[in-house]
Amino acid sequence: MNNKTIAELAKSLRAGEFSSVELTQTYLKRIRQFPALNAYITVTAEQALAQAEAADKRLAAGSADLLTGIPIAQKDIFCTDGVKTSCGSKMLDNFISPYNATVVEKLNAAGTVMLGKLNMDEFAMGSSNETSFYGPVQNPWNVSCVPGGSSGGSAAAVAAGLAAGATGTDTGGSIRQPAAFCGITGLKPTYGRVSRYGMIAYASSLDQGGPMTRSAEDAAIMLQVMAGFDEKDSTSVDRPVPDYSAGLNQPLNGLKIGLPKEFFGEGLDGEIAAVIETAVNEYRKLGAEVKEVSMQNLKHAIPAYYVIAPAECSANLSRFDGVRFGYRCDNPADLTDLYTRSRGEAFGKEVKRRILIGTYALSAGYYDAYYLKAQKVRRLISDDFKSALDEVDVLMGPVSPTVAFGLGEKTGDPIQMYLSDIYTIAVNLAGLPAMSIPAGFVDGKPVGLQIIGNYFAEDRLLNVAHRYQMNTDWHKQMPKGFE
Amino acid sequence: MNSQWEVVIGLEVHAQLATQSKIFSGASTAYGAEPNTQACAVDLGLPGVLPVLNQEAVRMAVKFGLAIEAEIAPYSVFARKNYFYPDLPKGYQISQFELPIVGNGHLDIEVDGIKKRIGVTRAHLEEDAGKSLHEDFHGLTGIDLNRAGTPLLEIVSEPDMRSAKEAVAYMRKLHELVRYLEICDGNMQEGSFRCDANVSVRPKDQAEFGTRAEIKNINSFRFVEKAINYEIERQIDLIESGGKVVQETRLYDANKDETRSMRGKEEANDYRYFPDPDLLPVEITEAFKDEVRTTLPELPDAKKKRFIEQYGQDNESAATLTSSRQLADYYEALVKVSGGEAKICTNWVTGDVLGALNKAGLEISQCPVDAERLSGLLRRIADDTISGKIAKQVFDAMWQGQETADQIIESQGLKQITDTGAIEAIIDKIIADNPGQVEQYLSGKDKVFGFFVGQVMKEMQGKANPTEVNKILKLKLKR
Repeated sequence: MNNKTIAELAKSLRAGEFSSVELTQTYLKRIRQFPALNAYITVTAEQALAQAEAADKRLAAGSADLLTGIPIAQKDIFCTDGVKTSCGSKMLDNFISPYNATVVEKLNAAGTVMLGKLNMDEFAMGSSNETSFYGPVQNPWNVSCVPGGSSGGSAAAVAAGLAAGATGTDTGGSIRQPAAFCGITGLKPTYGRVSRYGMIAYASSLDQGGPMTRSAEDAAIMLQVMAGFDEKDSTSVDRPVPDYSAGLNQPLNGLKIGLPKEFFGEGLDGEIAAVIETAVNEYRKLGAEVKEVSMQNLKHAIPAYYVIAPAECSANLSRFDGVRFGYRCDNPADLTDLYTRSRGEAFGKEVKRRILIGTYALSAGYYDAYYLKAQKVRRLISDDFKSALDEVDVLMGPVSPTVAFGLGEKTGDPIQMYLSDIYTIAVNLAGLPAMSIPAGFVDGKPVGLQIIGNYFAEDRLLNVAHRYQMNTDWHKQMPKGFE
Repeated sequence: MNSQWEVVIGLEVHAQLATQSKIFSGASTAYGAEPNTQACAVDLGLPGVLPVLNQEAVRMAVKFGLAIEAEIAPYSVFARKNYFYPDLPKGYQISQFELPIVGNGHLDIEVDGIKKRIGVTRAHLEEDAGKSLHEDFHGLTGIDLNRAGTPLLEIVSEPDMRSAKEAVAYMRKLHELVRYLEICDGNMQEGSFRCDANVSVRPKDQAEFGTRAEIKNINSFRFVEKAINYEIERQIDLIESGGKVVQETRLYDANKDETRSMRGKEEANDYRYFPDPDLLPVEITEAFKDEVRTTLPELPDAKKKRFIEQYGQDNESAATLTSSRQLADYYEALVKVSGGEAKICTNWVTGDVLGALNKAGLEISQCPVDAERLSGLLRRIADDTISGKIAKQVFDAMWQGQETADQIIESQGLKQITDTGAIEAIIDKIIADNPGQVEQYLSGKDKVFGFFVGQVMKEMQGKANPTEVNKILKLKLKR
């Protein structure tokens, strides 16, 4: 059961091959079977079985949605009513959310079964899942490697068959990069497509939730439920949600693919470049036209991102002050002591680093030179994408310059760590939708192909990804020991 | 005050907007609830929550902007003002910084008969913080977040005021205006309307401003005047004794009637303002402005002018009667139902009605005698059923109970006696009983006439028609 896609499981549930309760028990058993992966922070077994029972009733009554009874898991950044929502931080280790995020609400309403809450980099700040207070997650393809981050638990859980699908969030690549490292399909929607309400904010103007699944078809099914306007999120866009499954099979004849030459320059692993080239050739066979495009400002994406994201996070994380919820230090001497020790003791190193960078960038006298400048760069990058997407339908390239690296390999060098998001970050700055799909292996580790589309063209992206998956089986590979 | 110094004052007024719910959440803004019962997940700043702008607050800000003939920004932006404080749940306050919703406008004041135009630099929307409660917690501090997220309009004036009196006049004018517009209840005790004053002094012939001190959180007109005057004296004394004013924030202590330093410039926060990524820019269209403009009431200055022209009032009465919209409405309702005698209405409202309200500490909206009932009384004065003096007695009875003037006149037998026969009989009796006074009057002492009127009135318990009494007395005492 555990190596099936959501689409397949939905069929089996309807055919009565097994019940949602049986399916849920299978996943719960697998979660218990692979504790070393450390994919879950919290397993909500009891609640999951109750949801599964309810789902079975809906299935029997014929009132089920496509996702009814499907066991999924939530990245621990989404608030879940009555369940610990830690955001991977000691700061929220004691935080039981009193409300559901909109995404959680919607997935619950569709009848999904929530298996638990998935490990992640602390406050989604990291590219390897190693900043989590709950320890690193292993990559199922090579347990001495990182699963990527920040949605590392989500990627590892789906890859290892510990959940049929998972939610992730992507601020600078946090869905796509772990999806690539773990050989699964990840979709970061257009900024504003999925509600951010109840999704603990890292960098509000960049954060976007999305599905992480075993196939593009599954991503379409999950996004269908997750997407849509939310009056509780002013930045969500009031625009109809298309039927994402309807157009999956459209032929790709005449599809125009652009390859940004900046994605294939120095720093890219040659073997990865070869994998991407093979994938692009596959698209040629499917009828696509390929041309090179250039986006000159992409090289400024990382510095711009590392001003804007920390600036926003420095304010977003101010609410964690030990006063109302979360960690509070013992016996504070006075107010300043309460603040400094609570935050000092409960935030990890990377979180502190970004708060400090952001605070500095927003300070009087530096604001224009850093924050304002970065916003201007952001505009230029968006303009670059706009012109490129005027010429082509989608852009393709690698997700990350390397395959999954070793645990501990880059923790001592933040700049090296930041560079692993070099191809994903610009997409967040522009607010565009993008996917990562499995396209091959290097050294037995998965390689992701990145597909970037125009605003609100998730349907087109899913179609492009799905056609590829109809003609290849990279996405069907299972890591050894987890089949 | 030493006349070689000129005082420069600018005010920042915080007006709490009278919306039903908070500026970024659906929680109620009602005052006085149990601590933390009116704070929802958004107000508490829980992880993951997001603000959603209350359009009613935008409407009110635009209404204010239109009323002071200000520029309304077609595009304004919310910004985060970052600082840590226990009653500030998110660690930042959502405010407006570079692009406020209301730009340059003005307000006209009058001090000692001299009119002056005060510039309004800007007015911006922001959320209020909660409250720290230092009592009842045995050395600990309690936090009440009911007020957190309450919409405020911060109205910043130009440094155009040159005395504490002008500052008070400006603040009163603003207070009157926001209540006219019904965008703020103006309740100063509850903190719905409060101000910070920026005060500096400079030698009369100096062009540039002196160093200013900011006096925080003054919540009454009286304190504004006292705090500013104290601060002016302090600064002049300081400079004249060779010292220097430093830029700082000061607090007014009403008990000691003094201001004292809270924090200096070097201790001032760097608020690290930046646009709030959770909120879209506010866009105001011409159509929206036009729509809001149709909801503007007649404004105080226009109303005052009209009262002078339409009801023949003097400046002072018109100012009094237009000082609140409710009072003006009461007055006009009275004129209307009582059939036009504007003068007597003016006298009654500015005199008896306001006097009684003041004595009872009530607002016009709480007046026990409504315009309809009062007009019943004025009608009986006009048709000579009662005299003006008896009318005051009837008014007092109306204030105490629910009866109409007619019911009171009837039940207490206060109807004026106009029967000339009855009056004549009394007058004859009084003339007969007081030959000495008659003698005096006839010999030219006019004052004695009053004695006779008084005697007649006394005899007739004040109910005699004074005109008739006068007429008959004059006839009988013909010299």
